[in-house]
Amino acid sequence: MKQLLRFTVNEEPCEIAVEPWWTLLDVLRDQLELTGAKKGCDRGDCGACTVLLDGKPIVSCTTLALQAHGRRVTTIEGLVHEGTPHPLQQAFVDVGAVQCGFCTPGMVLAAKALLDENPSPTEDDVREAIAGNLCRCTGYAKIVEAVLSVAHA
Amino acid sequence: MHRFEYHAPTSTAEAIGLMERYGDSARVIAGGTDLLTALKERWERPAFVIGIGAIPGLADILYEEGVGLTIGATATVRAVETSAVVRAKYPVLAYAASTLASIQIRNLATVAGNICRASPSADMPPALLVLNAAVVLAGPAGERVVPLAEFFTGPGRTVRQPNELLTEIRVPPPQPHSGAAYIKHSPRRAMDLAVVGVAAALALENGLCHDVRIALGAVAATPRRAREAEAVLEGHEPTAARLAEAARVAATACTPISDVRGSADYRREMVRVNTARALQQALEAAA
Repeated sequence: MKQLLRFTVNEEPCEIAVEPWWTLLDVLRDQLELTGAKKGCDRGDCGACTVLLDGKPIVSCTTLALQAHGRRVTTIEGLVHEGTPHPLQQAFVDVGAVQCGFCTPGMVLAAKALLDENPSPTEDDVREAIAGNLCRCTGYAKIVEAVLSVAHA
Repeated sequence: MHRFEYHAPTSTAEAIGLMERYGDSARVIAGGTDLLTALKERWERPAFVIGIGAIPGLADILYEEGVGLTIGATATVRAVETSAVVRAKYPVLAYAASTLASIQIRNLATVAGNICRASPSADMPPALLVLNAAVVLAGPAGERVVPLAEFFTGPGRTVRQPNELLTEIRVPPPQPHSGAAYIKHSPRRAMDLAVVGVAAALALENGLCHDVRIALGAVAATPRRAREAEAVLEGHEPTAARLAEAARVAATACTPISDVRGSADYRREMVRVNTARALQQALEAAA
């Protein structure tokens, strides 16, 4: 039986009836049409589904939608402000940190959470922050470079 | 995905009431990082899932001088890893937390869940075992406190009854001149399970070791203390020969299996090497 999920998505209050076994990722993608978070492995290993829950990065494929009740979810769509990309998004473009792009939303959100906690991370800090995000194009060097370029700005 | 009915109790008492009513047909979900995989794969098919994430106060991490640390049932692994008081008083616990999976998983997974899941290779139990932690199990008849060393009964099995909720983990206050260390042996730094996990703790008094504790992960049916190895060092000076002997005994006393992550012989050898290293690190922290 569907239950009412009330939460905040990208700063907007949201109310939606969900089945208890629906994951947060499926609700974001299939019900709210926020397809930025990707379904990669669907078991918490690849990080493509990363979103922020109360500002902290989580794997939304391994979270029940109802676990987000009363909480604040930020997806990659929420980073754009009045049509202007977030500085991290711009840095990924400028540095060329995107190959196929499938891991990129998760990478950007993991990096945003890092910079929100630690505005001046070391390269090791950046690598640890994205250790849960797999890039199968294996383009990690540019991704780390992009994050550090924002950190040092 | 397996389908189930979901309940979100708002108090511990309500949660225990639901667990009492539904018994074996219910599973508790806190972070869900283990359970969701089991539900997707249909390894587990509970009719009811009880979400305890909304119970107020259950995520608290509190330290009181002379009493020690309490970690609530829904405190995440990441919260323990980044807690200022845990880092200051129990650095081994913060470190062990940092070795688990990824930040995205640690922001969901709870320390209590890592314990209740009772995986032989879990990262939190060895560190908690050498810190002499206990768990509080709350059921319809009240609470009982169980030393963590007596909690695990087999892979995925514990002394917790289906109508009992693990409400908190208690860690005694650190002793003066004591130190502890955890070494996780795994091929990758992130998103990997321990091939072998070794934790050690000890205190130094007048140059002699006491309260020596060694705990091993992934080399027996449960995380467990290596009491035979502890006895080698207890009350003695930490000479190189004593440390080597304790490490040798730890390797002899464990009962590893051979699997995709490593052979039994390899695991034994890694227990020996890492027990010696963990004891050395604990000594340095105690000095």
